[in-house]
Amino acid sequence: MPADPTPDGTTVLGASDVSRALTRIAHEIVERAKGADDVVLLGIPTRGVTLAHRLAERLAGIEPAFDPAASTGELDVTMYRDDLRRQPTRAVGVTRLPQAGIEGRTVVLVDDVLYSGRTIRAALDALGDLGRPRAVRLACLVDRGHRELPIRPDFVGKNLPTSTSERVRVLLSEVDGVEDAVVISGREHGEGGAR
Amino acid sequence: MSQQSTTYVLRGARPLGGEPADVVLRDGVVAEITAAGAADTSGAEVVEADGQVLLPGLVDLHTHLREPGREDAETVASGTRAAAAGGFTAVHAMANTSPVADTAGVVEQVHRLGQEAGWVDVHPVGAVTVGLDGERLAELGAMADSAAHVRVFSDDGRCVADPVLMRRALEYVKAFDGVVAQHAQEPRLTEGAQMNEGVVSGEIGLTGWPAVAEEAIIARDVLLAEHVGSRLHVCHLSTAGSVEIVRWAKSRGIDVTAEVTPHHLLLTDDLARSYDPTFKVNPPLRTAADVEAVREGLADGTIDIVATDHAPHTREDKDCEWGAAAFGMTGLETALSVVQETMVDTGRLTWADVARVLSAAPARIGRVDTGPAAQGRPVAVGEPANLTLVDPAARRTVDGAAQVTASGNTPFRGRTLPGEVRATFLRGRATVLDGTPVAVGEAVR
Amino acid sequence: MKHLLSTADLSKDEAVLLLDTAAQMAATQSREIKKLPTLRGRTVVNLFFEDSTRTRISFETAAKRLSADVINFSAKGSSVSKGESLKDTALTLHAMGADAVVVRHWASGAPYQLAHAGWLDAGVLNAGDGTHQHPTQALLDAYTIRRHLVGLRGGAGEGVGADLAGLKVAIVGDVLHSRVARANVALLHTLGAEVTLVAPPTLVPVGVETWPCAVSYHLDQTLAEFQPDAVMMLRVQRERMSGGAGGFFPSPLEYTRYYGLDARRLARLADHAIVLHPGPMNRGLEISAEAADSDRAVIVEQVANGVAVRMAALYLLMAGEDSAEGNDL
Repeated sequence: MPADPTPDGTTVLGASDVSRALTRIAHEIVERAKGADDVVLLGIPTRGVTLAHRLAERLAGIEPAFDPAASTGELDVTMYRDDLRRQPTRAVGVTRLPQAGIEGRTVVLVDDVLYSGRTIRAALDALGDLGRPRAVRLACLVDRGHRELPIRPDFVGKNLPTSTSERVRVLLSEVDGVEDAVVISGREHGEGGAR
Repeated sequence: MSQQSTTYVLRGARPLGGEPADVVLRDGVVAEITAAGAADTSGAEVVEADGQVLLPGLVDLHTHLREPGREDAETVASGTRAAAAGGFTAVHAMANTSPVADTAGVVEQVHRLGQEAGWVDVHPVGAVTVGLDGERLAELGAMADSAAHVRVFSDDGRCVADPVLMRRALEYVKAFDGVVAQHAQEPRLTEGAQMNEGVVSGEIGLTGWPAVAEEAIIARDVLLAEHVGSRLHVCHLSTAGSVEIVRWAKSRGIDVTAEVTPHHLLLTDDLARSYDPTFKVNPPLRTAADVEAVREGLADGTIDIVATDHAPHTREDKDCEWGAAAFGMTGLETALSVVQETMVDTGRLTWADVARVLSAAPARIGRVDTGPAAQGRPVAVGEPANLTLVDPAARRTVDGAAQVTASGNTPFRGRTLPGEVRATFLRGRATVLDGTPVAVGEAVR
Repeated sequence: MKHLLSTADLSKDEAVLLLDTAAQMAATQSREIKKLPTLRGRTVVNLFFEDSTRTRISFETAAKRLSADVINFSAKGSSVSKGESLKDTALTLHAMGADAVVVRHWASGAPYQLAHAGWLDAGVLNAGDGTHQHPTQALLDAYTIRRHLVGLRGGAGEGVGADLAGLKVAIVGDVLHSRVARANVALLHTLGAEVTLVAPPTLVPVGVETWPCAVSYHLDQTLAEFQPDAVMMLRVQRERMSGGAGGFFPSPLEYTRYYGLDARRLARLADHAIVLHPGPMNRGLEISAEAADSDRAVIVEQVANGVAVRMAALYLLMAGEDSAEGNDL
């Protein structure tokens, strides 16, 4: 579902900030993996997929041998979530792996906002059913804290201290049709944050 | 019988919906009808009947009392009490009991149970064929000669399908002025049938019951009745085609009478979409066009009477899959209200017409309109005081659990219907007062 | 979606969502590890008042692939064959804590009653009731049709997101007694396909003129003029043929002659057209061996798709919470 194109709230990252963050993450991935040969980028729908594609292009820019199309995929974690029964029924998304699979490769999970960590927990379970990567790393554009599980990102665009009453939204031009931005809304005016 | 009977003054009642009058009931008969407020009330019990319509006690030609055999669904006592509550003073108890009422012994038993209960006159209907099996005639003469004095014969629930057997029955009952009341249902055309065959049955996947299965039998029977010069009564006709055939038969002078049930005057097969077996009945609920046709037939006299086909069933027999459920609905306590709603309030019948279709005509067809226990008589001085008072302005919401009948399968549950029976008198004795059945012991003393 | 009782209750969006979800479920079924943790801790009861090993196994597989606990409760050898009422069975299942009940019943409307009588609060999934409805069969048929005629033709994956607009489907055989036909007419119409029923007049229900489809008594004429993209052959029960309550057509030979799909009729179908059958087939009666085994026949694939469609239905009925609050991450 596209976000409100004219959200109220505070823009904390603009388009150029997002771009720089992704470029930096791309370099860090290459550095950490000592190249990009065996890297597979798996985006978590919806915006994680877009971010994974953007990272793939940057990886190809750094390592010309890297084939973005053959090394990028998407991982739907809906059926692995632990909160299904607390929510209205979610539509199941698409899972698409690169042709060569993930066996023995370095998988980088890509998500837009890291929060409780439960989505990543579900992603790790989903990944386990699909194969056995050599290593799994986690990249996110924003880490807003409030982890509920022992999960830590390897690559972070921006650490963003928030309160739980706030809402963090990542807007990407491909998905949302507006200029890239990270927006915080619901910042309490006065006592703590009922929405 | 020399019991001290109460004198009642029905003050301000409107006989057949006419001008208010005081009606005095004494010694089992209508003793006086005077101007409203003019009757002498000393020593009499006064029933304030201002605005209420006074009708002759209703006569049901088609009641299932279930006793003997299915006392878990209804007994003669509970069913006749429900009848009194509905304004009836006589009912014809159908023969499909267990054992079947196909001998003098069984009909006399039912007759005696009715007398003991004392709520209404119970006239047993005799089976046409032994065990309702449609193979050979039951001892119709013995039943006619019995203490039950049977005049109406029916295999109701089943059709006398064999044309030769039907012919013989029509002929045979002429000897004692009896009548065969046919349940018109061609058995082969209705094998496994669950509901009216039409748009709804096709959609919801219930086996259809074609109108022609009813109409073909009625057509055959009126021709048979004409051929042998007998009278024929058609039970619960339910289709527009049936009305047409009866209209045609009457125009030819054939001695045929016909009845319609309250539920066929009001309800349609759309109700089956709920798969609630309360709406499963034989014959099935039909379409809106059929409902309109039977109303018209009743209004123009093609259909002679309204009969309830009161068919109580236990919860077990209704709280199940549609396909496994029993056919039938209760109706004694709602009949008058449904007739008011569909026919009186719509201007198609007057209250005098109601007295005809719910009392005089059924009594005449059942041959219970003469003699000391005559039913269906005019509201007139000297006539037996079989009467019912109805408040046409009352409205009530039907609740099966709150009814007098022992079974809860009313298809009108939750509906708000007009009219309420306030009092019923059987030969001058109150069976219902203030809308509540009066314990028989109390009334008789 | 609380219950799945009839395809007539489904909106187009709901129907497409079911098919799309089925497509994702199907994708998981080609993996080495087919089991998903989605319905862990939830209980599905297969309540079968009528024998149908195929359908029961399909539902059982679907539930197990989603990690639900499955209890099979079938009429034979249990209290339901000893006169226990539908109501008591429902109360028992309620007491056992069933989260969903998959019900197959000989009586039309029994699933509707289970869902609405207030006897239990589980979701009810109709696995075929009398001659009324069989929604998951229609969904798997629609899924199969979409995959072949929208997905493969257009090259767009499995046809995800698409409806069946513009497709023509002929449904041939015993429409009168067929819950498959009723379920398919409603669903295919909702999805935008054009349906023609083909049957001898004795096997067409009264009232069919109000259905959103055409009716033909002639298979050859329909194949020539309607030019169906998919032909669905219905099973003809041999007991319908003659005598007793049967006598719907004079002989099996005559039925086959006029309504059977044989090699000659198969050859007259368009190149892309497919042949479906809900199974089990009467080879040599409504469908010849050549037709059943030809590469147009997608009958075996229908069975596989059945598991995916039933996984989708179970998922959509059971996975979410009824209340629509608390949609934050």
